[in-house]
Amino acid sequence: MDGVSFVLTSTVVVAATCLASAVVLLIAERYLANYGPCTIDINQGSKKLEVRGGKPLLATLMQQQIFIPSACGGRGTCAYCKVKITDGAPPIAPTELTLLTDEEQQKNVRISCQVKVRNDLAIEIPEALFRVKQFTGVVERMRDLTHDIRELRIRLVEPAAIEFTPGQYVQLEAPAYGDNPEPVYRAYSIASPPSDTGHVELIIRLVPNGICTTWVFTMLKEGDEVRFNGPYGEFRLAEGDAEMVWIAGGSGMAPFWGMTRHMREHNVQRPCTYFFGAVAQRDLFFTDEFHDLEKAMPGFRFVPALSGAENDGWTGEKGLITQVVERHLKDGSGKEGYLCGSSGMIDASVKILKAKGIPEDRIFYDKFT
Amino acid sequence: MTDPSHAGGAAHLLVILVSAALTDNILLTRFLGMCSFLAISRQMKASVGLGLAVTFVTTITCAINAALYVWVLRPYGLESLQLILFIVVIAAFVQFMEMLIERLSLGLYYALGIFLPLITVNCAVLGAALFMTNRNYGVTEGLVFGFGSGFGWMLAIVLMAGIRERLKTARIPPALEGPGITLIIAGIIALGFVGFSGMVQP
Repeated sequence: MDGVSFVLTSTVVVAATCLASAVVLLIAERYLANYGPCTIDINQGSKKLEVRGGKPLLATLMQQQIFIPSACGGRGTCAYCKVKITDGAPPIAPTELTLLTDEEQQKNVRISCQVKVRNDLAIEIPEALFRVKQFTGVVERMRDLTHDIRELRIRLVEPAAIEFTPGQYVQLEAPAYGDNPEPVYRAYSIASPPSDTGHVELIIRLVPNGICTTWVFTMLKEGDEVRFNGPYGEFRLAEGDAEMVWIAGGSGMAPFWGMTRHMREHNVQRPCTYFFGAVAQRDLFFTDEFHDLEKAMPGFRFVPALSGAENDGWTGEKGLITQVVERHLKDGSGKEGYLCGSSGMIDASVKILKAKGIPEDRIFYDKFT
Repeated sequence: MTDPSHAGGAAHLLVILVSAALTDNILLTRFLGMCSFLAISRQMKASVGLGLAVTFVTTITCAINAALYVWVLRPYGLESLQLILFIVVIAAFVQFMEMLIERLSLGLYYALGIFLPLITVNCAVLGAALFMTNRNYGVTEGLVFGFGSGFGWMLAIVLMAGIRERLKTARIPPALEGPGITLIIAGIIALGFVGFSGMVQP
């Protein structure tokens, strides 16, 4: 056999074999992996969904406009999409084992992206998730707050208004680009006050090699369309008028920027000290705005602190934010702590606040992951 | 060269079956398919399940691959493509199996976990297909050889699972626990099986 016909016949044979295998698999998928119509009962009958079985629970719910928080896009790594399955759950898959504690396993908590819908299910989710929607908006304004922190102001298009509590977050969708074949979702706190129902503001810090932040910093432009879903999260100001201690660093500013403006709008007189940590003066932002708010709100105090060694001309607080809190906070009893930032900063701050006498159940935080 | 058409004869097929399953056991004399053997033989139930799955996959894929080889590759002189095509057939078939098991037995599906898709790269399955072409088997012989090899693999893993059940209460030097003692036992069983070799000549 000569070279040309060898190449031709081998191509044909390989192609035919692959094609035949693909056809068999497609037919099998059509009939074997088709689990027919299934019912998902949510929160003991408060909502019933008729869905087609065969897909993961997370994706199935998303198709039905119920958005469970998920950062990894259903790959079973972030463990955000936990859902309680009270009836009809399959055995726990090996991929879920590492993400669930023993206690969660006993309470029927499951990783919804790893549970396939094969039969009727009964699940329980927080009522607040019913309010979660998928939003489309347009970037109305984008400005650099510091050398590596950027503010995004998004005008909502569809739906045109959002309802949320200050401190909640949304998941911004970074579309597929470059080496990322699929869109990814990243959580950002809403920095605008709820009164501005037609907009959300996000404060985003550039993470080196971060998929979403790189997209925001290098590709996204004013006027571009963006998609996000939300609102999510339990981080919010507790009822009552206990004195508050706020601690944040970097883009952990976001929820507090929204909370402060919300308090100003509603004339909340609750005493509050806001410690904001940064390395150098170039990392500070909104300082003037906060000092203006201090004048308008008698109980509110803004304490920026720098931890870097070389800060000539800085007359404010110096040292790590935990040291500054340590110096300023005399007695924590009866007070509440609110923290937002990296997990290292939060763990260290929680320790200080507890040592100062704030009980653990009065300390609320929003940890970056 | 054996012509596939003359292959018939129940005795000939029986010899192939016995030699593939016992005297020429693919796991114990060739040491193919070790990874899932070492990992799964910890549990009896999963071992039986995986053994059945491997037997089924090997039987069917050997038959399909033998047909592919005898009727397509050899007539066109494309023997060099056997490796790549065998793998395609095995991979597609394992996918099919996965859907089937998920549908029929969810318990088995979860017990096998990651090892089900990994049957694709279970060297015993590809090994059986390649040994079969080396020996110029036809389709029927391939089917029987595939079944024999898969059954032999299942026999070995069930044997090991039984021994490991007992090992749970045995006193083993800490350094040898787990894969260590398993490999030593596999070696001793293999010695026994090598003793049979040559008794049956297919």
